[in-house]
Amino acid sequence: MTTEARTLEANAGGHGHDDHGGAAHGSLKTYLIGFGLSVVLTAVPFWLVMTGAIADKQVTALIVLVLAAVQIVVHMIYFLHMNTRSENGWTMMAMIFTVIMVVIALTGSLWVMHHLNVNMMPIHDMSQMP
Amino acid sequence: MTVATVSTQGSEPVFHVIDEHAHPEGASTMLGFWIYLMSDCLIFAMLFATYGVLGGNYAAGPAPKDLFDLKLVALNTTMLLLSSITYGFAMLTMEKSKIGQTQLWLAITGLFGLAFLGIELTEFAHMIHEGATPQRSAFLSSFFTLVGTHGLHVTFGLVWLVTLMVQTARFGLTEANRRRLMCLSMFWHFLDVVWIGVFTFVYLLGMLR
Repeated sequence: MTTEARTLEANAGGHGHDDHGGAAHGSLKTYLIGFGLSVVLTAVPFWLVMTGAIADKQVTALIVLVLAAVQIVVHMIYFLHMNTRSENGWTMMAMIFTVIMVVIALTGSLWVMHHLNVNMMPIHDMSQMP
Repeated sequence: MTVATVSTQGSEPVFHVIDEHAHPEGASTMLGFWIYLMSDCLIFAMLFATYGVLGGNYAAGPAPKDLFDLKLVALNTTMLLLSSITYGFAMLTMEKSKIGQTQLWLAITGLFGLAFLGIELTEFAHMIHEGATPQRSAFLSSFFTLVGTHGLHVTFGLVWLVTLMVQTARFGLTEANRRRLMCLSMFWHFLDVVWIGVFTFVYLLGMLR
């Protein structure tokens, strides 16, 4: 066990304490790519909603949501410099944990409260009251 | 992680830290700040969930379609996106140790951030003037809480930005100041990520509702 622990430690210590603590940097190219993609991914959903280019609102909503998800990933990679290597992968682990928490909390809240609305709150017509 | 159990024959187990290496100052700051950002992300997730649940309860009051001006929101989004790329330029010039250019880009970032806040406050003032106050309906309560919290974050980001510009002007791009500027960089880009959620869920989907 001791040797195993030492090996792990040696592996971890090898990269963990570089001059900038293992945080990743961007370059002019990556920033500009990220910016270009962000502009397109912002402009398209605004254009879709403002002009009503697609008649079906549900399809528009779906496209808008997908574009937002893509833009979040673009920002993560090109502006926040997310990768699996920085800080020995601990930033990625923290983010994955957060994403799981967020997904559980969001879907759970929306799901439960939607059903509460549908099943527990019949519409009272006050004019029918005695 | 570094604690291992070594049990030699017949004696008590010994717990000790093997191979303790040097921890230079600030070595774990970026990871720590990242974890703070993730916890902040949870706050916003809760506010989004609240808005998702309450966003349709207008209490016979104004709905998103009556209140939101997408042109203004598009302008706002542009301001925040531009401030993101100019902060990126500030980081790039910082790595080249060009202090004057770094300060210039930081100042431009601050101005875009200020423009964002100005537009947002104008929008809020307009809504409140029309009677769409946070007290009006559950939709408006959750709207003002979510968007207001984001705006508050931008405000504190601006305070932090000005503080760091003064620090950089007085002490130069020292190791500590670089580290602080990188933390603010993460904070600023994170706020832009949250804004993607805001303009998508609140404004665009609100107009489609």
